[in-house]
Amino acid sequence: MVSRDAGFNDPAEAHNRRVHGFNKGVDRVVLRPASQVYGTVVPGPVRGGISNFSDNLGLPAAVVNNLLQGRIEPAGKNGFRFLVNSTFGLGGFLDPATDMGLTEEDTDFGETLHVWGAGEGFYMETPLRGPSTVRDTVGAVVDIFLDPVNSSIDRPESNYVLGANGLSLVGDRYRYSDTIDSLLYESADSYAQARLLYLQNRRFELGTEAESNSDDPYDDPYGQ
Amino acid sequence: MTPMMTPMASETARDTDAPRGLTRRTVMMLLAGGVAFAALAPRGALAMDTAEARALIDRAVGEINGVINSGQSETAMLASFEQIFARYADVAIIAQSALGVAARQASPAQMAAFTRAFQTYISRKYGRRFREFIGGKIEVTGAQQVKSFYEVISTAYLRGEAPFEVRFQVSDRSGRDLFFNIIIEGVNMLASERTEIGALLDARRGNLDQLIADLPALG
Repeated sequence: MVSRDAGFNDPAEAHNRRVHGFNKGVDRVVLRPASQVYGTVVPGPVRGGISNFSDNLGLPAAVVNNLLQGRIEPAGKNGFRFLVNSTFGLGGFLDPATDMGLTEEDTDFGETLHVWGAGEGFYMETPLRGPSTVRDTVGAVVDIFLDPVNSSIDRPESNYVLGANGLSLVGDRYRYSDTIDSLLYESADSYAQARLLYLQNRRFELGTEAESNSDDPYDDPYGQ
Repeated sequence: MTPMMTPMASETARDTDAPRGLTRRTVMMLLAGGVAFAALAPRGALAMDTAEARALIDRAVGEINGVINSGQSETAMLASFEQIFARYADVAIIAQSALGVAARQASPAQMAAFTRAFQTYISRKYGRRFREFIGGKIEVTGAQQVKSFYEVISTAYLRGEAPFEVRFQVSDRSGRDLFFNIIIEGVNMLASERTEIGALLDARRGNLDQLIADLPALG
């Protein structure tokens, strides 16, 4: 298949497409049905609480990455957010910090690598995790070891955290079901759509937006 | 027009002292000629400005917000969104750009048919997604020039979601002020549709007539 969009580097496309097929199968057989059950059986406020709890436990890792990036203000915001939600937010189930204007400044080690000057590398679709790049995959692995929460708790608490993260993921699949269903099951080439969506959105987050967002179709109506 | 009237009126007093050949009437004729010429000349790349681009999207967003909070049925909302889209977007250039190089080999009749099919397809596809906007709102926050066009920046506030950025790209190169692209959190609608239409065409072995026939039902 010919790739029509400039601005991505996907030399392992054939392999990636096989992984995409696998991921789609997992979604169809496991994740999507599980999310339908979860979304129907568990009341919205409880799902929201579990999602907040999981997000809150991700904040210490975000603070570490903010600091590694030399970004003091987001580090302070995320740190303060963690303190507020862990205490007044009853262990993170509620999110009073957002009402106070302390919104989450999401980050990860992939972004830290970007700040340190690493390029994104090849596009890759990873089993179960989905769309990524070489840099972001390395970042995700490092994040596991970097997370202060992981290294400060043991079983059984670590199992509860893992469980909350899992449920949060299933909850997200339910919450964004229209978007994800239309991407995976209604587009003519779901692999190419997922790749485009991931790369454009990731570059937007990192502030390295694709040049194609300033193309003028009146100058180049055939998109060459 | 209004700003021109004031200096001309104040010039009346000085008319008697004005050198011959540069009377108020001459100035007025020159101005009138200039205005007529501007109206006849094809509009250049930057005939519009940031304020005009912003005003266009302000109106479009105002209408979208009105529909989102109108409380009418979903079917009625979809119809309203299709009208808004047809009124404020340059569907022809979006369709041509989405079709990409295949548009160069298409006959004018095929292009016209494709554009019609594409409008139904894209209105239905994105209209259905507007359900997520019910009870929310979009706020225009700024506008800037990007190369040969303008980009109007807005923030979407949806229920239970963190606010996110939506940018409308606007041009007057069709002869009217219209938007030709929407970029949501960096994700470019035109690029996404180019990928989609390309894949649909591949699946039909490049048969454009088949794609035109199938497209309205695919939205």
